[in-house]
Amino acid sequence: MNSFLNTSRPPVFCPGCTHERITKSLDAALIKMGIPDHKTVIVTDIGCSGLFDTFFNVHALHGVHGRALTYAAGLKLADPSLNVIVTMGDGGMGIGGAHVLSACRKNMDLTLIILNNFNFGMTGGQYSATTPSDAVVGSEFLNQAEIPMDICGVVESAGASYVSRISGMDDGLSDELVSAMKHKGFSVVETLGLCTGRYTKRNQLTPKVIDQMIEQRPSPGGVIEKNQRPEYGDRYRQLAKEKGKFPDPFVVKRQFDMPDARRHEVVILGSAGMRIVTAGDMVCFAGISGGLNVSIKNDYNITVLRGQSVSEILLSPEKIGYTGIESPTVVLALSDEGVARRQKIFAALSPDTYVLKETSVAIPDTPAQVEEIDFKAMKIKKTDWALASLALLAKHEIVLNKDMLVFALKSRFNEKVFNLSMETVNKIL
Amino acid sequence: MASVFMEGNEAVARGAMAAGCNFFAGYPITPATTIFNNMLKMLPPRDGVCIQGEDEIASMGYCIGAAMAGKKVLTATSGPGISLYSEHISFAIGSEIPLVIANVQRLGPSTGSATRGADSDIQFMRWGSTSGAPVIVLAPKDAKDCLELTVHAFNFAEEFRCPVFIASNKEIGMTKESFDMDDLNLPPLVERTPYTGSGPYVPFAADPDKAPPFLPIGGTTLVRQTSSTHGPDGYITIDPQVIAAMQQRLHTKLTAAMDRITLYEENMVPDTDTLVISYGITSRAVTDAATALAEKGRPVSTLSLKTLWPVPEALLAEKAARFKKIVVIEMNLGQYVNEIKRVLCGKPVEFYGQMNGTMIPPAKIMETIENE
Repeated sequence: MNSFLNTSRPPVFCPGCTHERITKSLDAALIKMGIPDHKTVIVTDIGCSGLFDTFFNVHALHGVHGRALTYAAGLKLADPSLNVIVTMGDGGMGIGGAHVLSACRKNMDLTLIILNNFNFGMTGGQYSATTPSDAVVGSEFLNQAEIPMDICGVVESAGASYVSRISGMDDGLSDELVSAMKHKGFSVVETLGLCTGRYTKRNQLTPKVIDQMIEQRPSPGGVIEKNQRPEYGDRYRQLAKEKGKFPDPFVVKRQFDMPDARRHEVVILGSAGMRIVTAGDMVCFAGISGGLNVSIKNDYNITVLRGQSVSEILLSPEKIGYTGIESPTVVLALSDEGVARRQKIFAALSPDTYVLKETSVAIPDTPAQVEEIDFKAMKIKKTDWALASLALLAKHEIVLNKDMLVFALKSRFNEKVFNLSMETVNKIL
Repeated sequence: MASVFMEGNEAVARGAMAAGCNFFAGYPITPATTIFNNMLKMLPPRDGVCIQGEDEIASMGYCIGAAMAGKKVLTATSGPGISLYSEHISFAIGSEIPLVIANVQRLGPSTGSATRGADSDIQFMRWGSTSGAPVIVLAPKDAKDCLELTVHAFNFAEEFRCPVFIASNKEIGMTKESFDMDDLNLPPLVERTPYTGSGPYVPFAADPDKAPPFLPIGGTTLVRQTSSTHGPDGYITIDPQVIAAMQQRLHTKLTAAMDRITLYEENMVPDTDTLVISYGITSRAVTDAATALAEKGRPVSTLSLKTLWPVPEALLAEKAARFKKIVVIEMNLGQYVNEIKRVLCGKPVEFYGQMNGTMIPPAKIMETIENE
């Protein structure tokens, strides 16, 4: 290929703008790469650097400000064979800082060219994340209260595996871009350039000054040894491959006749660590095995190791509509925290409601029938109280029976845990 | 007979897999996190890609890139995430990028309540983008719906090349339920139309009422994609005629296909004068209320919408025509009721809404209907 430049869309930059030089160097670099046009995609940001994709005859994606790296990552993960180039200004780099840092940490095989011209050119020369504090800019004095960011320093410390800084007017730029593209990993090339439309009108910035800036803060030189590691996509695919089996849905067959096949509303009131959620699942498995429709929701603290844990279960021969608890038929009161969370329900319980209360737990006055049980005296650990309560329900044949409970435990647990849980169950039955 | 037992969020993931989804990017947020967790278990064994973005904006960006490379993509979040998705929703609408967004709604505004449900974002999903061009929003009422509607969502995204939302709710997403897999009614899969013409590929050239044929970035034909106002060739344009045609097509490609996009359930009872319209989790309480009212000798008819946007105007007008009274129930303080009032202009519409972190109970719905 002689050139990848789009002759129907020639560059439209201001006279003297370094972006034009960079466009030509990128074309030269693509020619040197020798890969077909359809194997390269240029992803561009917003601003003058966002015009780049239109100048080239390769795949092109132009998106919203600061987010170019995110599209590039999606493209590369979807099609690892692509040579993905991102052009972004100092403005987009500032806006999309989180994405720049993430790309550095991931080390995806992308080439990011940051066209640093020290200001937001397109909108009137406002200051950006790289504008010197003493520059005269379109945002009055605001840049004087901040310091500019060292792009190469930041991306190197964030884990980029290839980092370089170069003048956009440097004759060696195309070779530099070739090295960056050939590097397998995240490459960042910071080009320093002149924004003749906005910045150099008010600031003494010349090609020579840019050379001096690079002398004062030399390029990290490309490959960063300490950051070398596998490319993200390769590593992802390797790890994903080790992830075995597709998880099939959990299926329960109808196999028992429910002792008490009517609508039930079961509320389990406990605390974090009491395996309340697991017990709720058991009731559901048992119910489904008895041919009922079930629904369950759990209420627990975001700090999962502390506070209440409440399970609310509906079992019904009919299709379940409203999934809220309206008139509980069974309440298992296993901790004060749990009871406190649903304090209001007790006074309104029906006289037919079965309430099981552990001796140590206090409950508000209720018209319901209350059975008290001292699990502690039976040497049942607190973590097994919920399970022991289900065993008690099975003993009374309320909601479930022994066969259904055993089935539920078998469905959920491996053999070792099943045997342990049966020890608890047998203390009750 | 065998039942599966899963929460709505797992059902969304299973629906996505059934639809051929092969890319997911998302960021954890209650109550949507378990969609991400499930996709992370399901995609790798099927050679799909599942990524945690550095934030919600990035997650959508990854999805956009992957969709343009030809992947069928899903992302999942809740209200605060939809806020951050906004700029990329606009991009996907205007640049015709197929993607499915599961929004497991929670109580807003803002951070709101992570673990409390509400149909908070019904207008936000429709209008939370620039330009006013439409999206498709589907509202499931239970886990089974989550699975089925996710397949429909992928089909619509592929055909119309636009973002399609699943408007779930904490009360569906995080509630586990049993349902019979044999009852599932999945539509045949639809894939985006590839460009097969003989001339040069013009990426946004399309019939005035269709989405353009698709070719992936990375294929042998060069593809041009842009978030800026573009003509059929994918280059920026300022030609008013070209702009007007593109803008109009974004609307027409959906409105012209409303008969296929419109999904709903109904229970029309003869000799009733009241139609209760609802959607999502609330429609289940409406069903309970209607059953109880019938037992009390005050039967009503019900219409449960699954397609919320574009508003199924023809359906609403047709179904409501014979009723004297319309009652709308929704789990917010009145969002979709405004659309129903607009479509049924002049007809009396009673409304009950609730925004307190709990579902509307059947008793409240009965009270609203009986107090008319």
